[in-house]
Amino acid sequence: MEPILQVRDLHTSFLTSNGEVQAVRGVSFDVERGKTLGIVGESGSGKSVTSLSILKLLGSTGKIRAGSIKLDGEELTGKSRKEMRSIRGGRIAMIFQDPMTSLNPLIPLGDQVGEMLWEHKKEMSKEKRDEKVIELFRMVRIPEPEKRLKAYPHEFSGGMRQRVMIAMALACRPELLIADEPTTALDVSIQDQILKLMRSLQQEMGMSIMFITHDLGVVAELADRVAVMYGGLIMEEADIYSIFQNPMHPYTIGLLASIPDMNQDKSKRLVPIPGSPPDMIRPPKGCPFAPRCQYAMRICANEMPPYVKTGENRRSMCWLLDPEAPETGNPFR
Amino acid sequence: MTKFLLKRLGMMLLTLFLITLLTFILMHSVPGGPFTGEKQVSKAVLDALNEKYKLNDPLWKQFFDYVGGLLRFDLGPSFKYQGKTVNDFIENGFPYSAKLGGITLIFVLLASIPMGIISALKNGKWQDMLLMAIATIGVTIPSFVIATGLIYIFSFKLSWTPVYGVDSWKGYILPVIAMGGYSVSFLARLMRSSLLDVMGQDYIRTARAKGISETRVIFKHALRNALIPVVTVLGPTVANLLTGSFVIEKIFAIPGMGGYFVNSVTQRDYTTIVGMTVFYAAFLIAMVFIVDIFYCLIDPRIRYD
Repeated sequence: MEPILQVRDLHTSFLTSNGEVQAVRGVSFDVERGKTLGIVGESGSGKSVTSLSILKLLGSTGKIRAGSIKLDGEELTGKSRKEMRSIRGGRIAMIFQDPMTSLNPLIPLGDQVGEMLWEHKKEMSKEKRDEKVIELFRMVRIPEPEKRLKAYPHEFSGGMRQRVMIAMALACRPELLIADEPTTALDVSIQDQILKLMRSLQQEMGMSIMFITHDLGVVAELADRVAVMYGGLIMEEADIYSIFQNPMHPYTIGLLASIPDMNQDKSKRLVPIPGSPPDMIRPPKGCPFAPRCQYAMRICANEMPPYVKTGENRRSMCWLLDPEAPETGNPFR
Repeated sequence: MTKFLLKRLGMMLLTLFLITLLTFILMHSVPGGPFTGEKQVSKAVLDALNEKYKLNDPLWKQFFDYVGGLLRFDLGPSFKYQGKTVNDFIENGFPYSAKLGGITLIFVLLASIPMGIISALKNGKWQDMLLMAIATIGVTIPSFVIATGLIYIFSFKLSWTPVYGVDSWKGYILPVIAMGGYSVSFLARLMRSSLLDVMGQDYIRTARAKGISETRVIFKHALRNALIPVVTVLGPTVANLLTGSFVIEKIFAIPGMGGYFVNSVTQRDYTTIVGMTVFYAAFLIAMVFIVDIFYCLIDPRIRYD
């Protein structure tokens, strides 16, 4: 079956007074129907910009420079503002990182969720909308939903607010849910609740999820496939088991080495990846990770590596995996 | 809410009392008195005057006599104008000042808020540049210069408006622009920066992600949030405008409160100075109070209990 979302060679830039920030530089991936794609990367890797590009929520300075975004086979990049509006919230909904600031402080929560229905289901009466909002609140396990319609965001905790955000996003039964670090701002115990809630709602509604995070642990809980982003590019993409069992890209390996492991010897220190992400106004000519990569070769800094098929349905962007790479010093073969 | 209102009322009366006390002390500590002038008054007359206005009493007694009068809304007789009371001055002057101020206030609100909104939405474009250039002029050039310029062009050269007086509606045009110019500019800038700030907030992105129209994003989600800082400064602005501007009233010969106030200071007319100050202060405090109630209405996060 055709994937619900197909992104091909997406380039997105922001025009700033210092120059063009090339946040996304040719990203391609699919989100399969009913499945979850995790997009992992550190700050500035372009993961959030990728998701905002899909909904064209880039603001006045952001521009999609090239590429194609297809929702259920329908091209989105050429859509007018008006056409995009019916897609936003209606067919693709989004949840954002900080539930404390993502809800309007002056509008009752019931109205904020109801506005989604007001916009996309115009025929619904006010009473029907309120009923539906109560139903949605119940679905995301907000206690005493009837009493919460008139509540304001400041009366809710962070976890509860994120539930409201999820209720809002799911109000019109979107085909695709984009979750941009939805648990990053929450306590670990609340994170777990929210992830479980998202997983059970996904099973109930059969929707597809694109889950953006910097936290590999969160990805492990939820994702079917993972794309690891760095410097505006996907470094490695594979199914969830292969990424954790058998990472092929030095960046993925570095990321995995930097998370603590329960079973690990406590005297062993965590291994950070040295250095900092590249300047995206003047991105490096070759592999963006080369300056930080302990296995980097001369070619890495000068030429963009190709994607190498590293197994059934997985790929990595690395010169080390190139068939012509020297055997010596290559830790992966 | 009742508890809050009572507490607030108590605070307001205390503030008013302290302002009265401070003005009273300051006034009496300045050398000279209401009857010192170029023409020497004879000792006998001076004694009689001091006796009549009870200026020989100890200061604390004078003060409490005055406060006693205040409680009966009696601001006392003028020392300078025989047979006139301070209440007379306010009754004569305030309606003129309030009418001019009220019209100016409406003009200020109708001009500044749309200006700020347009500037913010057209951030960096020519509309923004133009409006903010006008606002900069409005903030930097004093009202009497604007007034003089306006009179020169519209009254003197074009003869569209009268040079002075408010006998017809046309007479209000120039004073309103001259008096409101500063507030329009100031509030327009505030509105602009506030709206720009709000438009960058996460909840605006959430609203856009719902697919609602940009008009609705602005009017339903952004504007109310952006108005909060504007409402804050509105209290003092309203009090300022309604109690009159001496300069504008002088230039356009409008018999408002401003003239009485300035004259009373130069003439050391004790009761008028304190009376006008207390009146102005009471007005200002009341306006700030109204603003606080407005806050409650627009921002659910604020609850006064």
